[in-house]
Amino acid sequence: MNDSASRRARYERDRRRRSLLVATASTGLVVALVVLLVPRMPRWDRVRESFFNGERFRDSFPRLLEAFVLDIKIFLWSVPCIVVVALLVAVTRSSRSPVLFPMRALAVVYTDVMRGVPVILWIYLIGFGVPGLGLDRPWNSPLIWGSVALVLTYAAYVSEVFRAGIESVHESQRAAARSLGLGNAQTMRHVILPQAVRRVVPPLMNDFVSLQKDVALVSLIGPIEILRQAGVDKSKFANFTPYIAAAVIFLMITIPLTRATDWLLERERRRTTGTRVR
Amino acid sequence: MPCCSTARTSACKSTLLRCINLLEPVDDGAVLLDGEDISVPGLDANPVRRRIGMVFQSYNLFPHMSVMDNITLAPVRAAGIPRRDAETAALALLERFGLSDKAASYPDQLSGGQQQRVAIVRALAMGPEVLLLDEITSALDPELVGEVLDVVRELKSTGITLVLATHEMGFARDTSDVIVMLDGGRIIEQGHPRDVLVAPRTERARQFLQRIIDSGRL
Repeated sequence: MNDSASRRARYERDRRRRSLLVATASTGLVVALVVLLVPRMPRWDRVRESFFNGERFRDSFPRLLEAFVLDIKIFLWSVPCIVVVALLVAVTRSSRSPVLFPMRALAVVYTDVMRGVPVILWIYLIGFGVPGLGLDRPWNSPLIWGSVALVLTYAAYVSEVFRAGIESVHESQRAAARSLGLGNAQTMRHVILPQAVRRVVPPLMNDFVSLQKDVALVSLIGPIEILRQAGVDKSKFANFTPYIAAAVIFLMITIPLTRATDWLLERERRRTTGTRVR
Repeated sequence: MPCCSTARTSACKSTLLRCINLLEPVDDGAVLLDGEDISVPGLDANPVRRRIGMVFQSYNLFPHMSVMDNITLAPVRAAGIPRRDAETAALALLERFGLSDKAASYPDQLSGGQQQRVAIVRALAMGPEVLLLDEITSALDPELVGEVLDVVRELKSTGITLVLATHEMGFARDTSDVIVMLDGGRIIEQGHPRDVLVAPRTERARQFLQRIIDSGRL
């Protein structure tokens, strides 16, 4: 018994070591090729100067980081709004009462229209259109209406995620709740939604990672956030390095978020699918 | 009045129970509860369902809630009973069915038999006049069937009306006052177990019984 266990452990260890070796070697090869070949391109010197200028990087980085605070703010106030709107839309679309048919139809039209047009167009249309109505300060701020555009488009996507979650809860749960005398709304609130939301947290994180990036689109209608600031720096010094710096700052947020999402997905998968096939 | 319906698969036993509980609309005929027609269209089903408990084949406990919350959800939310009273009542019921140490557990942590007993307690917590039991032992290991059937026997002694859809013919014979045999949505035999299971009147019921006796289930 013990002997076979230790033999299996040794076998697993050898396999792990071998795959690690293969991974390291192949990565090393690719990196070496890039490092060796790219500098041999005819214009490499000029590209290095205008995209990877260390001095420009050090100069822009703190300024960009400061501008990035605005991106984070937009993100932070958009997320709760998106969740609320998306839940309302998803619950409306999942309702069964015949009386609510007009609401259901409206919710379908809303998700179709919002998802069918690029985010950037909504930002232009809402961000320039609504303040154009002649609203007074602060209600004419492009920051507000840019955020509204983000919230409305993302809520449409997220509502579909919620709806998938609601539909994934087995019909028998509804039967059990209704048989106890709980109403439709109570069943949704206490039985269906808690299970649905728990199931869709990982895919939801995916949408929020991409929201984190799309926040930069709000810069197109005015607010000085990181992308805008990088553009300003680029023009001032006639150098593209600030864009690289901005990319690095985005990665600092999005990579950990993406890793966390994968970890959640993996955990959910392991929890729900029993024994894993090798 | 304990009553029991039995039939082969897809003979509409479950549909019958679901109609009694208004989970499915009634196409024809009426469901009378205490002489009152509860199947008229447009009737508010929720108050009626509170008078009719239901237990399902696959337990259908709420997996995201503890046993205690499973039991008190409907009394608190649908019947408006203060939470503390509902919990006291729930504890008493759990105690009665030997589950008092499971109040804080989640359904996943219980055996099938325990889950089904919790489901029965959950239905009882609303104080129903009728309890519908839909093949409540069909998903259980043979060893666990007994503990759930014991619960049903105890319930019968309290005088609550039970409607049981089952394949447990022996149990049906020993516990029920009336047996109803269904085939394709129609009643083919109805009466005291003594009459129905010993001297069935229709050919269809005779065949059905013969097959059960041959398979050693009676």
